[in-house]
Amino acid sequence: MGKSDIKKAFISSIPVMAGYLALGTGFGIILKTKGYGVIWAVLMSLFMYSGTLQYVAVNLLASGASLITTAITTLMVNARHLFYGISMIDKYKGTGKKKAYLMFALTDETYSLVCSDENTKDVEDKHKYYFFLSMFNQSYWIIGSLIGSVLGSLITFSTEGIDFVLTALFVTIVVDQWINTKDHRPVIIGVASSVLCLLIFGSDSFLIPTMICITAALMFMKGKEHVSND
Amino acid sequence: MIDIHSVLIVVVATVITALLRMLPFFIFGGDKETPQYITYLGKVLPYAIMGMLVVFCLKEVSVISYPFGIPELISCVLVAVLHVWKKNTLFSIVSGTVCYMLLVQLVF
Repeated sequence: MGKSDIKKAFISSIPVMAGYLALGTGFGIILKTKGYGVIWAVLMSLFMYSGTLQYVAVNLLASGASLITTAITTLMVNARHLFYGISMIDKYKGTGKKKAYLMFALTDETYSLVCSDENTKDVEDKHKYYFFLSMFNQSYWIIGSLIGSVLGSLITFSTEGIDFVLTALFVTIVVDQWINTKDHRPVIIGVASSVLCLLIFGSDSFLIPTMICITAALMFMKGKEHVSND
Repeated sequence: MIDIHSVLIVVVATVITALLRMLPFFIFGGDKETPQYITYLGKVLPYAIMGMLVVFCLKEVSVISYPFGIPELISCVLVAVLHVWKKNTLFSIVSGTVCYMLLVQLVF
């Protein structure tokens, strides 16, 4: 029955296919406009495999940023991944050899699909399902960046503003989450903390203060609930 | 010619990203029971973080100087409205991005 689990993984991955092909293409195009070709696009999508960071990395490459700047930027942009791992600890327990790849491939979108128990109701081998889901997603990302990089050399019109694809993706995820949940306090905490920290710390260094602020607010929320439940 | 500095930028970003993704598993991934507060955070964080990501994407927008963030506002509202209406991720993203590109290139 292994085959049907792979099929189910593919079906679950279709929404991400759409997003990743579009975003990957955008990445390939932008990277190409800065003078980095197909090999760079494919290798970055294969090994770095982080949408937000790859877009940011284009600017790091183009400006010849120092390695310290690169390290700090990566930490600030991707520190959120610490939080994804935190909620996959139990689900990825006992996945054996697949675990290294599952951990590596935990992007925003793969994470959101793995979180959804709705999709895995009649999956027989969940570990296999997670593994193929992660692989399908990454393959879309790589194919997208390949297409973008190749098309990038043919494109003659201005691509100014194409990086909005990323903003648009996150807006769609927020909308999906808003529709599918009753308690909107976490997302409100997220937006409010970010705006507050952005105003205080400025655009270059607000992400980590924001994460601290969010964690504190969420823990406070849980603490209060605990008291009111008693 | 290979640009060594660019290669190093990619390597540094790649290694740190992989470490960030794997670290929670190394810390809490043993046979022990996952602490309750970690389980709780794992459930609510994705919502807060997605809100943070939207702000992160718009962080360079200035509301006090021209064009006052109007292209971003229009495009974000368009994406949200289309997504509530059609629930098609690709359609919402492409429409919003095309709208944004037209606004920043032709209008503002």
